[in-house]
Amino acid sequence: MMTFDELRRIAGNGIWKQNSSLVQILGMCPLLAVTTNLVNGVMLSLATIIVMSLSGAVISALRNFIPHEIRIPVFILIVAALVTMVDLLFNASLHELYLVLGIFIPLIVTNCLVLARVEAFAAKNPPLQSAFDGAFMGVGMLWTLGLLGGMRELIGNGTLFSGIELVVPGLNHWQLLPADYPGFLLAVLPPGAFILLGCMVAWKNWVEARALERRRQTPPPAPAVPAPTLPAAS
Amino acid sequence: MSPSGKMPTAPVMAARTAVILIIFVAVFTGLLAAVYLRTQPTLEATALAEKTKLINDVLPSSAYDNNPLQDALQLPAIAAFGLDEPSTVYRARRAGEPAAVVLEAVAPDGYSGKIRLLMAVGSDGKIYGVRVTQHRETPGLGDYIEPKKDKNKERPWITQFNDLSPVDLSEREWHVKKDGGRFDSIAGATVTPRAVVKAIRRAALWVAENREQVFQ
Repeated sequence: MMTFDELRRIAGNGIWKQNSSLVQILGMCPLLAVTTNLVNGVMLSLATIIVMSLSGAVISALRNFIPHEIRIPVFILIVAALVTMVDLLFNASLHELYLVLGIFIPLIVTNCLVLARVEAFAAKNPPLQSAFDGAFMGVGMLWTLGLLGGMRELIGNGTLFSGIELVVPGLNHWQLLPADYPGFLLAVLPPGAFILLGCMVAWKNWVEARALERRRQTPPPAPAVPAPTLPAAS
Repeated sequence: MSPSGKMPTAPVMAARTAVILIIFVAVFTGLLAAVYLRTQPTLEATALAEKTKLINDVLPSSAYDNNPLQDALQLPAIAAFGLDEPSTVYRARRAGEPAAVVLEAVAPDGYSGKIRLLMAVGSDGKIYGVRVTQHRETPGLGDYIEPKKDKNKERPWITQFNDLSPVDLSEREWHVKKDGGRFDSIAGATVTPRAVVKAIRRAALWVAENREQVFQ
């Protein structure tokens, strides 16, 4: 079983500390290609959550049968087989959803993030933890790609949520900038993704550096000090 | 490592890892094959339904009463369609009489590669409808050729060709406005519509000129 603390640590790692896009800088290829708008970024992340939690759980369950020397080919085999099976089953049973999410599933195979997490986490931890680790890596990707896609869409086209009608019929995108906004092509093309991602990485580092600085200036109530319940010092 | 506690010799080790790898490959290939065989009939059925839906996007179902998917004509590679592979043309008939053909054409000169089109051309040479099925044009700029991405929902760009025939119109007219023709385009993305306009004319003209052969 898993303690709450463990879950919190895994979640914190996936969402912030080891964020796949901002810290590990993994999975750049689908990231650049897909995050031209908010909806695409979110959809890719959702597909990633499914595939990563599944591959984490399966590989972790089999980890004691996989010899160390051949672990990489076996991991690749398992991940590729799983992704293909998810793709087929998804297409056959949830076709409507597949039409929206399906194009993103094959993209995940090219995502080294899956292999990286399997190697770094699932190969050493029990299945439940590994599934959570995969899922939260995807959640970290979700907000990052959502933000990145949203910024690229807003700067590039002046809209948000375009393509939402494919996911939820009847909804429409928001035209945030005036309709005659000429667009900013660079933001939509891959270089724009690199530039904005660089800004986001810088922002994350800045937030962390500031937090560190603050902690240094006002030392936290030192853990060495005995608990205030003791009627000693004063 | 080994059950006896001793390090196995290199050949034993190699043989053992090889066997384990083979077992993994066999198990996962088997699983994959099982899933594939189970889902295959469903996937084929949906692919067929999608094809019919796609045909009805370019050709109103009131225009024909046969099943065009079963009235397919295999043609060699036709330069006018922009294809370098043999193409399949679906024939729509109404009361046995030729009504229209549904065919695939390619505009080879899009802004970033080929643009695949599906179009229906009536037996009188008039275009029923055109849809872009595949392209890699710049998102947010050249992708308005796809009605889903077109900001003009009332009258998407690609519907401009409906009811027109390249036989009736002069070659000069069959261009985007920027080149002196009649078709709209969005400023800053002219390469894309130019390619589509040209490809549609080529394919529709071919159908008009080879009417006899197509409908036999």
